[in-house]
Formats: sequence, structure tokens, C-alpha cells
Amino acid sequence: MQRIGVFVCHCGSNIAATVDVKKVTETALMEPGVVHAEDYQYMCSEAGQAKIAAAIAEKNLTGIVVCSCSPRMHETTFRTCAERAGINPYMVEIANIREHCSWIHKDVEEATKKAVILMRAAVAKVNLNTPLKPGESRVTKRALVIGGGIAGIQTALDIADAGYEVDIVEKTPSIGGRMSQLDKTFPTLDCSACILTPKMVEAAAHDKINIYTYSEVEQVSGFVGDFTVDIRKKARSVDMNKCTGCGLCQEKCPSKKTPSEFNRGLNTRTAIYTPFAQAIPNVPVIDREACIKFKTGKCGLCSKVCAAGAIDYEQKDEIITRKYGAIVVATGFDVIKLDKYDEYAYSQSRDVITSLELERIMNAAGPTKGHLQRLSDGREPKNIVFVQCVGSRCADERGKSYCSKICCMYTAKHAMLIRDKYPDVNVTVFYIDVRTPGKNFDEFYRRAVEEYGVNYIKGQVGKVCPEPDGSLTVYASDLLDNKQLRMSADMVVLAAAIEPSASVRQIATMLTASIDTNNFLTEAHPKLRPVESPTAGVFLSGVCQGPKDIPETVAQAGAAAVKAIGLLAKDKLMTNPCTAKADELMCNGCSQCANVCPYGAISYETRLVMGPGVRENRRVAVVNNALCQGCGACTVTCPSGAMDLQGFSNRQIIAEVDAICR
Amino acid sequence: MPMNDNAEFRPKIVAFCCNWCSYAGADLAGSSRLTYPADVKIIKVPCSCRVNPMFILRAFEKGADGVIMCGCHPGDCHYSTGNYYARRRMTLLFSMLDYIGVEHGRTRVEWVSAAEGVKFSATMNEFVEKIKSLGKNVRLGDLRCRS
Repeated sequence: MQRIGVFVCHCGSNIAATVDVKKVTETALMEPGVVHAEDYQYMCSEAGQAKIAAAIAEKNLTGIVVCSCSPRMHETTFRTCAERAGINPYMVEIANIREHCSWIHKDVEEATKKAVILMRAAVAKVNLNTPLKPGESRVTKRALVIGGGIAGIQTALDIADAGYEVDIVEKTPSIGGRMSQLDKTFPTLDCSACILTPKMVEAAAHDKINIYTYSEVEQVSGFVGDFTVDIRKKARSVDMNKCTGCGLCQEKCPSKKTPSEFNRGLNTRTAIYTPFAQAIPNVPVIDREACIKFKTGKCGLCSKVCAAGAIDYEQKDEIITRKYGAIVVATGFDVIKLDKYDEYAYSQSRDVITSLELERIMNAAGPTKGHLQRLSDGREPKNIVFVQCVGSRCADERGKSYCSKICCMYTAKHAMLIRDKYPDVNVTVFYIDVRTPGKNFDEFYRRAVEEYGVNYIKGQVGKVCPEPDGSLTVYASDLLDNKQLRMSADMVVLAAAIEPSASVRQIATMLTASIDTNNFLTEAHPKLRPVESPTAGVFLSGVCQGPKDIPETVAQAGAAAVKAIGLLAKDKLMTNPCTAKADELMCNGCSQCANVCPYGAISYETRLVMGPGVRENRRVAVVNNALCQGCGACTVTCPSGAMDLQGFSNRQIIAEVDAICR
Repeated sequence: MPMNDNAEFRPKIVAFCCNWCSYAGADLAGSSRLTYPADVKIIKVPCSCRVNPMFILRAFEKGADGVIMCGCHPGDCHYSTGNYYARRRMTLLFSMLDYIGVEHGRTRVEWVSAAEGVKFSATMNEFVEKIKSLGKNVRLGDLRCRS
């Protein structure tokens, strides 16, 4: 029989205001096995933990139930406390009477009743708990960073500077990401390329960093400390070792009609290309869909002009399999498609553009060489209208419910840059709210209004109509003056919402990392563990976790790196001891458990099985504790009931069911 | 029939929640103060595939009026495939239960992610209403367990 202590936490008034904690404590003493029960204001505090330790010593407790907040919050705290006081940490169970009770029920009597039942279920479970001992697993001292934008580059640099090997996998032909497409950055108006390219060069030159561009993660197996990853290195059709990056092949390539991804389709590129001049590596790729040689078998011009003989039409995709201890996801974002927002005439007029397209137009290396002009006729616009929140903060199904966070600031930046370079251009911004929380952000916005004379109007644009004369008519509401507006514009710029890259869902599935309804990766705790995924060994960097600007991304990238370093610095990891275990006497070696095991943790051995009336050599299932992750699939599949999960055993769960239905 | 007197009827409902998604979703519902009836009691499991059909039968036998199982969205299982096993097992179990008189409405599988506190609370509200409309479960109950 266990000797159980029940500790009921008030959590200040969080629990005590709706749950009669005294009553829960008194009732606990009547439960089987319970020899001690007490309540305290803050069980997690030092004084609270001291009470638990004292009770363990005084009453010689063998099991602990803490009625408090979610186990996701303080299970580790109380387990550590119990371990220090001399009992096995896995003899501790939490009854979640805060998140699952006091916070969601208003009626004290009802909440108290439920709290008592939850306490009973936990006591019933602890009565059947057994001491468990975690195993050890090794740590591969190498990190993988998925995504080569500023988030991935920064994370890789920080990890590499700490002395660990890092691989970056980037799906496009060059690292640099979204930031490389930007012209200037807010709120300092730094040139984006000038601050990014040195980091790209540093990453490429770092002896601990290995960059796989034009590559994708294909498969991930294993677990924290010991992931095995297959990386598909797509055929570049150019030998990276031979190419000198002279660019002659791109000059001569006759296939010039492919829309440039880098320039957001505003101009075209050749079939053999590097996305931009500062690309790293400076080795082109052949787009096989566009290449005449690949389509018709004729041409081969690039091969003829290449003095280095680097062109290789026969090159094949290559699969690289590597082991990693930690994986950082830095897959970034994309701009939403605007087909659902046809009222802004994005598909009807070339002069309605997104802000990211405007970045390319403003950029000296962009399709217009940095000259602000209409894409339809090349004229310089005289009136520009900016529309905020296109698809952001959207109440309906069309757009995103969240704020994209960066649009208010980059629009103020665009407005200022335009007014600075072209003082006779009128700039109007339609907004719902201007949100500028950030260091020097509001000052920046105010400069746009006060010094640069940008016309901010609170109101939404209802419709943009292209007119026969090439102008655009903007219909909008002015909420402050309470009137409808109709104005003529030469260019309309849409602040389209940002969303996680399309590939993130697939990557999250491979990593078994959880994802929210908007496809942002979920963090282990929204406040206390913002850069870790709930999946151990997977860390989050940049916009894949939620919208953020460059300084925030860089800060988070560093934080993710530190967490990864903290993991890589360990020589051994403690494994989860809640693993499956087969009862040799009941097992008949039917192999069904191995069939459902996603980790290949189950094998079969012929062993001498001894029991009442049994003494024979028999084929039985054996679980490898280092591989078993404790999902429990085998326990349900087992036809003879021989397989059970430690910490969540059949008897324990049934005891909980019984306690709840009592 | 006491079954029509739903205002007084407080059902017993067991919710099996996966540690990686819906248990966290329930936590989020809690911290967001999204209410649902106290009739729902949650049991944490490491994965929906840990839920043995036996546990559900046991709950009905012991007097539960409804059992709901929540797991990760298909494709999002922390253990890659666990929720697929659970889905198949529950499909079979629920149709068997329906056949022996435990109506389909008393059993439910719902995919709730860690970020879906709103969905968790809405699902539980809906489920409790459904069970209330069905009334007390009279099938499978072990008479020896009745008080």
C-alpha cells in the first residue's frame, strides 16, 4: 500500500476563489492510501516545496498528488522537489484543478465537486504508480537549420560560434531569404543588403557551417539528440566545384522568359540563373522546366560558353543522410495570394502592387533600377495610395485573423522614402489602426506624418477601379470625418498579409512539431518557452513561429541558437522512462506490436519464460527503451494484453476512469 | 421518465486528451477562461493511440453518459501515426457500441490542436448538450456499480 500525500494549492486566488481548497484537502484524507493532506497558498514556492519535502520525511510518504495548475506548468517542479526529498520523481501526479477547473467554472460548489473528483482520479493513479528510472541517450553534436533567411543565418552563426557544426538547408538557389529582397529597413532606413550580405558571407566562410542550397529536407526520423535527416540536394546542373561564377552562361542563355521569383515576377530571368547578384553560393542553377536543352535536347549554349566546363546536364538529385542533435526551423514567410481580394484590382491592373513588389521597384538592383514608375506605362506616379491590412486582422474566412505586425512600419518607410526622393508625389495611407510598438517605431511613424507630409486616413478601401485612361479610382471611407471618399491614383500599394511558408506544414509533420490553425509553429509555452517546439530538440527561429520584424527575428534566432547549444553541450540526455514493457508470461510473440511501432523499438527474442506452470523457451517481445518514445500504440494493439505502458498503465488509466465515474 | 427532465440531469463525461495537443488545448481554454460544463473530466494520455477501447467500455460500465476522445489533427501526430490507429479503432468501437444501444452521440472523436482553446471549449459545450439531450446512459452499465 502506498503512503500518499495530497497537496492542494490555492494559487493565490486563482484556485481558491472558485474551489473550496479546505474541502478538497479534507476529502483527500478519506481516499485510500492517503495519509497526509494539506493546502497552501503557493505550493510551487520555496515554502510550499519545503512543506512537501517535510511531509515526505515526517510521514514517510511514497507517493505525491499535487492539486494545482496544469502538469505542463509545474510537473517538473514538483517531481524535482520529490526527488530531492528522496522519493522517485515518477511517484508524483498532478490534479489539474486550475486550467481544467477553477478557471473555467464560476460556481464554487460545482468547481469544488469537480476538483475533488480530479483529486480522486490522481490519487487512484498514484496508488498504482511505480518508481521509474530514465535511461540515457547520446547527443550528436551537430545542428540542422532549416531555412537560410536572416533567421536561419543568425541561428547558424551563433551555434557555429559556440563551436558546434551546423548545416543550413535552403530550398532556393541562394541563402538570404526575404530580407535579401528588401530595399531599406525600418526604423533606421539602413540598406537591407548592406547589413545582410556580410552575414551571408560570414556564414558561407565559417568553417563550422555547411550550406546546402537548392535543397530540401526529405525525411526526419529519430528524436532529441539523435535525429537522422535525409536532405535532397536538387540537381543544380552546374558543378559547384568547377563554376567560377563568371556569369557568362546567364548572359548567353536564349531562354529569357521565366518570371523572376526574386523580383516577384515583375521582370524575367534566364533559364540558367542566380537569383540575385550577391547570391551565395554564386553558382547558377538551371531551371529544367524553362531550359531549351532539357525541353528539346537542342541548345547547350551555356555548356559551350562555360570555360570552366561546369555545366552538367546529367547531374542528378542527391540524397544526403546525416545525424543531428538539434533542429532549428527557420522557414520564414510568404505574402498571401490576393486572388480573394479582387476588389483591389490586383489581377486587373499592373499598377496595383504589393508592398514586397514595391521593395523590388525601389531597389537599385530591381526591375526598374530603383526608379519609381508605373509598371503599365513606365510613367512616374503622381498619386500613390497605400492600403493597409489586406488580409490581415480579417474577421471572415478570406484572410488571416492575426495582425501581420510589419506592415504599418514598412508602409511608413515606403511613404517616407517616396516623399524624400519624389517630393511632388502625393502619398495617402488608408489604415484601420497604426500600430507602432517598438523602439523608435512611433517616432518613425510621426516623422512620416509630420515631416514628410504623408496623408494618413483612418478608413478602409472598399474598391479600386482601373479606368480607361490608365488611372485608378479608389473608393474608400474616412471614418474620422464619417464620409465616403473617391480619389484618383496612379499606383495602389497593398500591404498584403504575411503567412508561414507553404513548406512549413510538411516540415512540421516530418518533425512531429505542432502547428496552429494559421500554420505557425506552436511554441512549448507561449511565454516561458517561446523558441522551443513542444517536440524536444526542435527549436523555432523567426516568422515560422509568428509575425515579427528583423530585430525581433534576429533576437529570436539567437535565443533558438542558445537553446540548441544548451542541448548540444550535453554529452548524455535523460530519456523518458514512460516506455512500453511486455509481460513475458502473457506475450506469445505474435509480432503485432512491432507492426504498429513507429520507432522500430520492438524486437523479439527467444527467452526462457518461467511462471506458474510454465517453464519453456518462448519468442517474446522486447522493447528497446532508448528507442521507445512511449506513445502506447503497441499496448492497444496487443491481442493478449501483454504490452503495457509504464506511467500510463492499463490499471492506472482504468483507476482514473473508475474514480471519475464513481 | 426522468430522462426528459434535462435541467436536473448532470451527465458524467470522460474526456481522453492527448498530452501533445488537446490536453494543451484544454489548458489554453482554461487560461483563456473559456467555460464549459464541469461535467467533463479529462484524463491525460500520451497519445490518442494509447486509448484502449476497453477504457471506453469501462467508463460506460461504470456509469459514464458520454466519452469523448481528442487527439492531434490527422498528419500532426507527435508520434507520426498514433492518431490514425486511434481513428480506426474508434470507428470500429463506436459502430459496435451503436449496435448494442450506446448511441453514436455518446461517443465522439475530435481533433484539437494545442492552439485551439476555442475549439476545445466549443466542442465540450456541444458534447455536453448532446449528452443532455440523449439523457442518462442505460446500456452497458454494471448494475452492481449503481449507487
